[in-house]
Amino acid sequence: MVENRPLATVTTHVVLILGIVFLCFPVWVALVASTHPGEALARSPIPLWFGTQAVENYTQLLTAGVPAAGGVPLATMMFNSLIMALGITLGKIAISLLSAFAIVYFRFPLRMLFFWLIFITLMLPVEVRILPTYDVIASLGMLNSYFGLIIPLIASATATFLFRQFFLTIPDELVEAARMDRAGPIRFFWDILLPLSRTNIAALFIILFIYGWNQYLWPLLITTDQDLYTIVMGIQRMVNVGEGIPIWHYTMGTAILAMIPPVLVVLAMQRLFVKGLVESEK
Amino acid sequence: MQKRVVFRHRWLPYLLLAPQIAVTLIFFIWPAYQALETSFFLEDVFGFNRTFVWFENFTALFSDGSYLRSFWTTLIFGLSVTLLSMSTALALAVAANRVLRGKMSYRTFLIWPYAVAPALAGVLWFFMMNPSLGIVAYMLESTFGVDWNHYVNGRQALLMVIVAAAWKQISYNFLFFLAGLQSMPKSLIEAAAIDGASPARRFWTICFPLLSPTTFFLLVVNLVYAFFDTFAIIHATTSGGPADATAILVYKVYSTGFVGQDYGSSAAQSVILMALVIAMTVVQFRFVERKVQY
Repeated sequence: MVENRPLATVTTHVVLILGIVFLCFPVWVALVASTHPGEALARSPIPLWFGTQAVENYTQLLTAGVPAAGGVPLATMMFNSLIMALGITLGKIAISLLSAFAIVYFRFPLRMLFFWLIFITLMLPVEVRILPTYDVIASLGMLNSYFGLIIPLIASATATFLFRQFFLTIPDELVEAARMDRAGPIRFFWDILLPLSRTNIAALFIILFIYGWNQYLWPLLITTDQDLYTIVMGIQRMVNVGEGIPIWHYTMGTAILAMIPPVLVVLAMQRLFVKGLVESEK
Repeated sequence: MQKRVVFRHRWLPYLLLAPQIAVTLIFFIWPAYQALETSFFLEDVFGFNRTFVWFENFTALFSDGSYLRSFWTTLIFGLSVTLLSMSTALALAVAANRVLRGKMSYRTFLIWPYAVAPALAGVLWFFMMNPSLGIVAYMLESTFGVDWNHYVNGRQALLMVIVAAAWKQISYNFLFFLAGLQSMPKSLIEAAAIDGASPARRFWTICFPLLSPTTFFLLVVNLVYAFFDTFAIIHATTSGGPADATAILVYKVYSTGFVGQDYGSSAAQSVILMALVIAMTVVQFRFVERKVQY
């Protein structure tokens, strides 16, 4: 701020507070709704302060699920989401580190072809090629399995690109020194490149974890087996139960449970998250 | 850009690339090729026979009123989401860049919705706008006398998914605008202030033009988000309805293929969307290259 203008300062704070209210209000409503019995949410206006059913509702959700929507315990769904998110995250980081290393530190025939092959994937979100991708998974027998949930999503141009950019900034002297000490490429990768990339890996981990946890369409297509449902796609069945059965308190409880892990990751590792987000998009 | 010093090895680089290339070929290139191929065929309902029909699937699409309407819906949806979330985010970023006290806690409260899945954002707003018990629907009714029912009113349904999609994207835009504002040279703004330019004038003549690379980048990213990533919002809430009022193009690909079982048409729609994504990515890449130069 250049000069002192009290009025402008007040306006600034008002704008920020209004923004926060707009962003937080839906979650507040959901959180409150999840602590009431179903009947309290049957007529308008719904309560805006906490009810007394929080423990009962969440116990029911986590251990038994919502009977009207299949009755899968949310603990199972959250476990599936966790496996999927971690699988996607670790898989993406591992294969992109390797391929970025190959592209930056080696000269070999067809190098540019491979480079472009990887970058084309940047352009094609799953949503636009749903059917043929589904056919491929089906013919490989990967429907209803963790492999089917994870492997198709681990090819990532974004992560490869990020690591490539980072590797290019590492001084050549390190490679020269390593070669003078007779270190081979594997040794160089393991003892020098990997430790140097630690911060980047951590930042990327956060972004990819959120990406993996929040997958919706993919689990929707791949899983017909209830035991493999993930929480973000599982909520869709509760929404579609209809107006007749009052389960909004469960639906909102599910929404809260589904957003807790990724939101916690963002809040706990805010600095790394901002770094990861700003850098992975460049 | 290339390294001067590299390793020499006959097969190691191929081995390192193998996993990435395998996944890319099997799950990206092959399905994309399949979509391209299927889009030129007409398949009978049982899937036994298919005939090569040249561009019939495409011409059928472009003479289909509901597909053309979906184009419009997508355009309105995409532009509204982009405009709404970017303008809100810019206002918040300018404010957050100005405050001295409580900077970090404001930022914390503004960035967390990034982590909320689009599907959940949709469900939250779906609940708030539920005609019979949603809190927002209730307020609209009691304060403005608006009869809110997105189950029958297509415009209202579209507005609901626009708000939900924009809500989720504000944090993202906010972070990028804030980063852009913070990297701006202070001396320029101070010089303008000494010359007597008011804060508003300083913003419009200095900050806003200097932000234009960020703005342009966000414009493309937000359009891509609105066109493709919002599938979950629509699928989890309105399912494209009522009467296709919220059926954006990606939703159409899904409903034509999985619900309508019309594979040729769905594949043709995929191909059109792929062309759209590629065009947008090329625009973005060209822009990134230009940014690197200065």
